[in-house]
Amino acid sequence: MRPIVNQPSKHGAGEPAAPHVMSPRALLGTAGALLALTAFTVASSRVNLGEWNVVVALAVACTKATLVALFFMHLRYESRVQAVVVGSAVLFAVLFVAFVVFDTTQYQPDIREAAERIPAKAP
Amino acid sequence: MSGDAAREARADAAAPSPYLAHHFPSMAAQLETSKLGLWLFLGSEVLFFSGLFTAYGVFRANHWALFHYAHHFLDWRMGALNTVVLVSSNLTAAWSVRSAQLGDRRGLLRNLALTLVLASVFLVVKYFEYSHKLHNGVGWGAACHPSAEILASLPDAARALPVPRDLGVFFSVYYVMTGLHGIHVLVGMGLYLWLLTRASRGHFGAGYYVPVDAVALYWHLVDLIWIFLFPLLYLIG
Repeated sequence: MRPIVNQPSKHGAGEPAAPHVMSPRALLGTAGALLALTAFTVASSRVNLGEWNVVVALAVACTKATLVALFFMHLRYESRVQAVVVGSAVLFAVLFVAFVVFDTTQYQPDIREAAERIPAKAP
Repeated sequence: MSGDAAREARADAAAPSPYLAHHFPSMAAQLETSKLGLWLFLGSEVLFFSGLFTAYGVFRANHWALFHYAHHFLDWRMGALNTVVLVSSNLTAAWSVRSAQLGDRRGLLRNLALTLVLASVFLVVKYFEYSHKLHNGVGWGAACHPSAEILASLPDAARALPVPRDLGVFFSVYYVMTGLHGIHVLVGMGLYLWLLTRASRGHFGAGYYVPVDAVALYWHLVDLIWIFLFPLLYLIG
C-alpha cells in the first residue's frame, strides 16, 4: 500500500533522508559569535545612549537568536515548513508585544493627568 | 516494542528499524514528522513566553526610572556567567546531534553529559542569585523590602535615591520570568538524563536520533529565551 502522508518530497519514497551534519567549524563559529555578541551587549550597556540602549540590546539579542535558530537549530538546512511554523509564531509574538506596548504608552499620559486631578488622600 | 522483540528485529537486517513506529511508512517520514511536531511545540513556547515579555514591556514602558533603579540589584557578572554557561551547553547540545548522526557513541555520551553538567551549573548560579536576594528582603510584589545591607551595596548613583514604593513590580516580573525559564532548564536536565540512559544502552545512531535532535532543539529554545532575558533584566542602560 502506498503511504499518503508525510513523505518528504526531496527524497524518494522509502529512501532515508540524508541529514545535514553540522561541521565542527560551523558549531564553534556559532558559539564564538554568540560569546562575542554577549561581550558586545555588556559593553554597550555601559555607554549611556539614553533610549537607544534598549534598541541596541534588542538588536544584538535578535542577531544572537537568529544565529542560534539558523545554525544550532539547523533551521537553515530544514524544509521551509519548519521556518513557516516558527516564523509565524515569532511574527505573532512581536505583534502582541508591540501593540500592547504602543497601546499602554498611548493612554498613560491621560491616566497621569487624571490621577493628578484626584486629591491625594490624607495619610 | 519490548526489548527482546527489538533485539530480534535488529538481528534481522531486512526488517525495518525497531524504532520505526508502525504508523510511519519510513524512518525519513518519521524524522520529518517528529521535527514538524517539535517546531509546532517550540512555536507555542514562543507564544507562551510572549505573554511575559508583554507584561515586561508594559511595566517598563510605564515605570522607566523604576526599572533602571531596580536593575542595580542584579549582578550583571552572574548574568553574563550564566550566558556563557548556556552558550557552552548549547554548543555541546548541538554537537550531541552531530555525534548521533555520525554514530559516534562515545562523543554522544560525552556531549550529553557535558550539557547536563552545564545545565546544573546554570541552576547553581541562579540559586546563589535568588538566595542572596531573598535573604536580603528582595522578594516579589508587596514582599519587597530590601535590607540596609543590600541597599549599601548599590552603586553610588542608586544609593542616593529613595527606595521606590513599587520596587516589587520589577521583582515580580524578574522572578516570574527567570523562574519559568529556570523550570524549563530543570525539565531540560530531566530530558538529558533520560537521553544519557538511552544513549548508554546504545539506542541512538545514524539511523535513529530523533530524541537527541528534539531535546537539543528544546534546549536551544531555552537559550533563546535567556538571550532576551539577560539584556532586558540585567543590562538596563
